[in-house]
Parts: sequence; C-alpha cells; structure tokens
Amino acid sequence: MAALTAPARAAEDSAKRVGGSRWTGYWLLAPGAIWLGLFFVVPFYSLVSASLFDPNGSVLTGYKVNYHVGNFATAVKDYHPELLRSLWYAGLATLICLVIGYVLAYAIAFKAGRWRNLLLVLVIAPFFTSFLLRTLSWKLILADHGFVVSTLQHLHVLGHDGRLLNTWLAVVAGIVYNFLPFMVLPLYASLEKIDGRLVEAAGDLYASPFTAFFKVTWPLSLPGVVAGTLLTFIPAAGDYINAQLLGSPGERMVGNVIQSLFTSSQDYATAGALSLILMIIIIGMVLVYIRKVGTEDLV
Amino acid sequence: MSPLARAGRWVRGHLVLGLGVLVLAYMFVPIAVVVLMSFNDPGKSKNVYAFRGFTLHNWEHPCGPAGMCHAVGLSVSIGLLATLVATIIGSMAAFGLVRHEFSGRGLANTIIFLPMASPEIVMGSSLLALFVSTGFGGRLGFWTIFVAHVMFCLSFVIVTVRARLAGLDDNLEQAAMDLYADERQTFWRVTFPLALPGILGAALLSFSLSFDDFIITNLNAGQTTTFPMFVWGAAQRGVPMQVNVIGTVMFVIAIAIVLGGELNNRRRARALVG
Amino acid sequence: MSQASEGSRSLHLSQVTKEFASFTAVDSLDLDVAHGSFFALLGPSGCGKTTTLRMVAGLETPTSGSIRIGDTDITYAKPYQRPVNTVFQSYALFPHLDVHENIAFGLRRRRSAEVDRQVKDMLDLVELDGQARKKPHQLSGGQQQRVALARALVNGPDVLLLDEPLGALDLKLRRAMQIELKRIQTEVGLTFVHVTHDQEEAMTMADTVAVMNAGVIEQMGAPAELYENPRTTFVANFLGQSNLIAGKVLGRDGDFVKVDMHGIAVSVPAQRAHTDGTEGWVGIRPEKVLIAEVGEDIDAPGNHLEGGIVTDVSFVGVSTQYLVRMPWGQELQVFEQNTGRRKIFAHGEKVDLSWRPEYAFLLDSSQDVNAGIEDD
Repeated sequence: MAALTAPARAAEDSAKRVGGSRWTGYWLLAPGAIWLGLFFVVPFYSLVSASLFDPNGSVLTGYKVNYHVGNFATAVKDYHPELLRSLWYAGLATLICLVIGYVLAYAIAFKAGRWRNLLLVLVIAPFFTSFLLRTLSWKLILADHGFVVSTLQHLHVLGHDGRLLNTWLAVVAGIVYNFLPFMVLPLYASLEKIDGRLVEAAGDLYASPFTAFFKVTWPLSLPGVVAGTLLTFIPAAGDYINAQLLGSPGERMVGNVIQSLFTSSQDYATAGALSLILMIIIIGMVLVYIRKVGTEDLV
Repeated sequence: MSPLARAGRWVRGHLVLGLGVLVLAYMFVPIAVVVLMSFNDPGKSKNVYAFRGFTLHNWEHPCGPAGMCHAVGLSVSIGLLATLVATIIGSMAAFGLVRHEFSGRGLANTIIFLPMASPEIVMGSSLLALFVSTGFGGRLGFWTIFVAHVMFCLSFVIVTVRARLAGLDDNLEQAAMDLYADERQTFWRVTFPLALPGILGAALLSFSLSFDDFIITNLNAGQTTTFPMFVWGAAQRGVPMQVNVIGTVMFVIAIAIVLGGELNNRRRARALVG
Repeated sequence: MSQASEGSRSLHLSQVTKEFASFTAVDSLDLDVAHGSFFALLGPSGCGKTTTLRMVAGLETPTSGSIRIGDTDITYAKPYQRPVNTVFQSYALFPHLDVHENIAFGLRRRRSAEVDRQVKDMLDLVELDGQARKKPHQLSGGQQQRVALARALVNGPDVLLLDEPLGALDLKLRRAMQIELKRIQTEVGLTFVHVTHDQEEAMTMADTVAVMNAGVIEQMGAPAELYENPRTTFVANFLGQSNLIAGKVLGRDGDFVKVDMHGIAVSVPAQRAHTDGTEGWVGIRPEKVLIAEVGEDIDAPGNHLEGGIVTDVSFVGVSTQYLVRMPWGQELQVFEQNTGRRKIFAHGEKVDLSWRPEYAFLLDSSQDVNAGIEDD
C-alpha cells in the first residue's frame, strides 16, 4: 500500500513546494518591483507624452498631448551643440577616468597588501561629502588667482592672463573627479578576482611585464572596464553641475538645457524631447559598445 | 649595489602604488578644502573662493545662514525615511531574487540595472513629467522627493544585498535545517545575521545617495529646499562658510561609522585570538 | 527514542528512486543499515551516493520509494523533523557563531536542557576543549572538521551522515582523522553512514561497504569480502586493482571451474565464479600474482603462466610493481613485497607468472572490462 501511494505523495509534495516557493519569490519582489514600475518605468511613458505636448501649453493653461513630433526637430535644431558637447566631454572624462582609475584599482588590488581595506574605504570616502561642496572646492582650487593657476602661469604652462576656471578643461576635470569612484570600484572588483599566479605563469612563459599585462591582466579585467566606463559615461553625459559651476555659458551641456527648460522656461515639450533624445543616444551607444567589447554580464 | 641603483629599484617596485596614492590624493584635495574652508573668515569680501583668515565662528554658529539648518534637517529626514523604505523593500527583493525561483528574472534584472545606468537628468525629468501629468505638479515637495529617492536607492540596495547573499554558502541553511531549525528559525538565526553586513552597507550607501542627491531632487522639489539645493542656490550668490561645517560633519560621521565597523571587526577577531 | 530497542533505530531504504530533469541519480535502491554500524557508501562522483545521503537527511525528496528509521517513515519529513544529522563536505560551520554556539545550535533549537554541559562533553570527545570561543575561520581544517562532527553528534541522532568529511584534509591528517572517527563511532555507538569516493578510507573505517555505480549498488559487504571476492568488473577495478583476463569456461570440476585462458588451463573456485556463460573474465589481484625466473619452482600450484616479459618496473619501497607482457599481448600487473629474499627483475627479462587458484575469481563476460577504472 505504502509503495503504491508514495509516488503520488511525492508528486503532490514537490508540486506544493515549488508552488509555495514561487509565490514567496513574487511576494518578496513585489514591493520593489511596483515601486520601480510606478516611479521609474511609468515615468518614461509620461516623458514620451510630454515630448509630444503642444508646445504652446504652459503651467497655467495646462498641457495637451497633440503628438507634436516637431518638438524633437526643435530640440535637435536648437540644442545640438550642447548634445554633442555632452557626449564629447563625457567620453573624454571617461577615458581619463579609465587610465587613472585603472592605476589606482591596480595598486589597491595587487600592491596595497594589508592597506587594501583602508584604501578601499578612502576610495568611497568622497561620497560622504556633498557632491556640490566638492565641486565648489574645485572652483576655489582653480580660481583665477589661486595657487594652481599662479603656479602654472609662473611655469609658463598658462599664459599671463590664462585661466582654468570657466574653461572646458575645468569642466572635464570636474567630471573626472566626480565619477572616478564609479570607475575604480568595478575595476577593483574585477582585478581582485584575478589570480596573481596567472601573471607569474605568464612571466614564466617568457612574457615581459608589459606583455603579461596586455595578454593576461587587461583581458581578465574587461568586465570591470565595461562596467566602469558605463557607470562613468552615462551619468557624466547627463551631468550639468560641473558645467554650471566650473564652466562658462560656452561649456553648457545638455543637462543644463534640460534643467532650465523644465524649471525656468517650463517648456516641458522641448525638455521632454531633449531628455528622450539623450536617453536614446546613450542606449544606442551602450548597445554598440557592449557588442564591440562582447561582454554580456554587466550586473 | 649602489645606493642609486637601489633607490631606482625601490622606485620601480613602488611606482604603481605611488601613482595610486597620487590619484587618491587628487580625490581628497577638495575634501581638504571643504574642511579648511569651514574655518575660513571671509570678512566683508564678496569673494568666498579664497581663504582670508582663521575663525571658529562658522563652527560656533552653524545655523547662522537663514534656512540652512532647516534644509539640513529636511535632507536628514528624507534620507532616513528613504533609506528605511529602500533598504527594507530592496532587501526583500534581493532575497526573492537569490533564494526563490520564478519566471521573468531577466526582466527583473534589467529593471534593476536601468536606474543605475540612466542619467539622473532623464530620471528626474521623467518623474516630473509623471507628477505633472497626474496632477501633482502643484504639490511637489517632501513626498515627491521621498518617492524619487527610494526609487534610485532601490537598485543600489538590491545589488549590494544580492551580492552578499549570492556569496553565502547554501550549505549553511541546509545545515541549520539539519540541526532542527525550521524555515523561520533558519532565516532569523542563520540567513539574516549573515546578510546583515550587506544590508547595513546598503543602508549607508542609500543614505549618502539620498542626502547628496541634487539633480533629481531639484526637478521634483517644488518650493521645498534640501541641503544640496540650498548650497546650489547659495552658489549663485555667495556660499556661506557654514555649508562647509555641515560637509565636514557629514564626512566625519560617515567615516567614523565605516572605520568603526571595520575596527570593531578587527578588535573582536584579535580578542578571540588572544 | 533512546529507550527504543536497537532494531527499531536501524535505517531502511526501499525502492528509493530519485530522478532529476535529465537523469536518474538513484535507481530503485534497497538498503538496510543496522543500528550502531559504520556503513560506507563508496563510489565515483556522480554515482548517486551523495543524492542518497541527502534523501536520508531530508535535503532531497525521493521521486518514489520510502525511507524508514525503525518503523517510522521519514520519506517526506522535513530535515528538522528527523533524527538524522549531517557532517557536511565543506563543514558548513556558521561563520557568525563561535565553536560553542555552533555545537549548541541543534540543542537550542530543540530546547534541550544543560546545553553548556553537553557542549563541553562533546568538545572533550573531539579534543577541542579550550577552543569554545573561537570563530570557525580561526580554526585549522582538521579542527573545523571536528567541530562539524561535534555539532552533529551532540544531538545524539539515530543516524549520523558524513558527506566526504575528510575530503578537504591533507593525506596525513586524513589518516589520523580516519582512526579518530572510528574511535568516536565506537565510543558513542551511533549509526554512521559515510559517503566517500576514497576506497581506502571506506575500507579502513566501515564495517560494511556498499559500492555504488550509476545509481545502483553493485555489491555490498564487509571490506575484505568485497576486496577478495568482487562480483562485478566495476567492483574489481574500483576497489583496488585487478588483472582481468578473457577466458572460455570449460566446465566444472568438483569445487572448481576450469577456464581456458588463451590456451592456458586455469581453475577458479566455484563459489567465486559469478557467471553462467561460456566466456568470462578471470580476475586476480596483482599482489596475489607471483613472479619468477623462467623454470623456477614457485609455491603456487595450479595456475602457471609462461612466456612473460617485464615491460615496466616501479620500485615503491615496500613493494615492487611490475608490468608483464604476456604472449597474447596483454600486460598484467604484479606487486611483490620487498622482503629482500627475492631478486628484483629488470625491464626486458623473461619471467613466469603464477597464482594460487583459490585467489582467482570469474566475472561475467558481458561486463565492461574497464568499468570502475579511474582516469586520474
């Protein structure tokens, strides 16, 4: 008898277990999923609607969706210099971040010894001081009669009336500074996983330190490079704080435009269109980039 | 070996470390300036971007500038509330993702990753578009900021806690069940204590993200002023030196928490060894 | 439960099958483990031994069949509802709890009295007194192993499961722990079910060894019985090494079966002949084969093989291991003790081989002659 009923019981038992755990998973995920759905996914729909508003609407008269695709044309026509500048600054800053971030991550992963944890804390420490305050500090450091500018003028690197503040250089340096930890942490995470013996093995197999680096360390750190460059480039492309505080109107980025269209001019239609254009360009570039590098596992 | 050659070798051996330390120094210069400027006495000068003289005035009267301490209070309240909510529902989601089977995992992972990979200006403007189109345009303030902060903290919480959980050995939970702990006891006696460092780390990260956020907040704050918005507004006119006091205090508290945790771990370890 | 009679606490598996999506890990397994015995499940990785263990622990549910302890059916009981404890392969010590709390974990869950005293007794038993307040990561591998053992033993389970418990230890420590485990088992008198892929470990410790392969038990018995009289090529090869030589069965002669082995007549005891066919594999352990100079008289009447040529000589200290190529091309293994009274043969020398008929065995020709030979 027992032998006859056992398979049935096993089937029932396993069905119950699978069923129970499946629902538990959904319940646990539900609050977070709903929050992200309502306040991250749905807003994109609102943004698309806003980009199709009648451009003549205002806060007082209300906005109407009249599928005014012309908003996109207006946005591109009026603001393409800012768009291109954003991509250029963000790209350049990402490249600089990659070079100096790699040095730092490499030093922590392979050379820091027992100081490793302390150095990691130091890398994230800047997060604990306001982003704005630190950017304002750069304003002071790079100020016209400040120590840095005077020294550079003295060394004839800068001309007599040369300056750093309100130049593209200051803006890019600010972006590099602000997003460097986003580059260092994923780089470190991937470098740390590399077995030091691999590099030794490469050395044993007649690779010079440089060859060993480019044939072993660099390829193994690629997941970190991809994650780091994305986490730096994407926020940098949308940033406007550095351009606003460290640059002049000539360094305006697309973030500045979107921000002021939304808050000052309340031109939601053009702002929405411009936001969408930025997002689409970024997604496009990211997809091409990931395909080129060939890494799927980002998270 | 000549001293020069030896020095050369030493430099080569420590070159990468040295360069790394230089990069770190670059990261710390502005923080040093914030601390320094908290003791600055600008006098009557309009130029607040230069150190004019030492004073303790800023530390003695941190709430001097009108509205600043109110803004700090608001940022702290929003930060604590958003951290609490994001940490709880984010940790739940992380447990769900790691410990349970369900369909749609790929979609869930994408939705979690996207907020970290979207420019803040786009997220902020989308949310504003949502609030305006649903009739909340006139009611922007504390609660819209709170909603936005929980949204962008969530992904970071989920990713941090999930990493911690994924690193845990499944055998530990099985061992607990084998040792007469039922599902609930297994969770509270084994899984949760082991995940706790990850959850606390996620909470610390959330608070600093929330306290520091400007771009998304600025779009969805209406007339409400958080601390970063206060700094931004002041930057257009002339920054009161007290903002640096707040910056320094926040920095010291955060570092104390992080180092305290680390030291506590080490001391406990050493006490046990000795 | 401790008042129950011995027989009511023995472990019974009947017709237990476990199917995973793509394969059958355990196939209609029947197994009875007497209370108080040290039982080993031996087999290569993937043979189903760990799955069997996990089903007894309650960490897997059988697809069909039943598991009982005494008269109690525990097939579908939760892990925490059965009087079974496990020593995990990686130990699975709780990293956030110290040694004392790790050992006390099960006692506290069951609200046992005198937790501290029981933990202390257990620490004495595994010789870890003084380490109670250390965290697992501060212990050596061998110490962690003892904590894992103590943590399971302290609950006084009817059956203690050990999943490759010594796998992570180095060879010397493993030998010491084998003796230690055996001592503790004798002392506490509990049923130990030990899963391992190490045949030496299984034979050293267990009273009964079950050799598992592809989800079924190939043969079960006392270590010496399995070794001396294997019933399948898998057991013959997996447990130690065997020479297996193709032969034609000529017929029965009294207590012996006569076999023609490439033209040489040999005999195998009838109770060691495990085939009814006309062909079979004649098996002989390498240490049972004697090696001698051509024409030399050796003390092994019956089976005599001429025309061997030494093709390989390995001197391993206590013994010398030869490979000898026979006229039909097969290389046979010969282990000879280095007693000092016999000469060591050199590569290329012509030799005769011989063994006593009572040591040989005969296996079914349908079985794979290479079954159970590990690749490493």
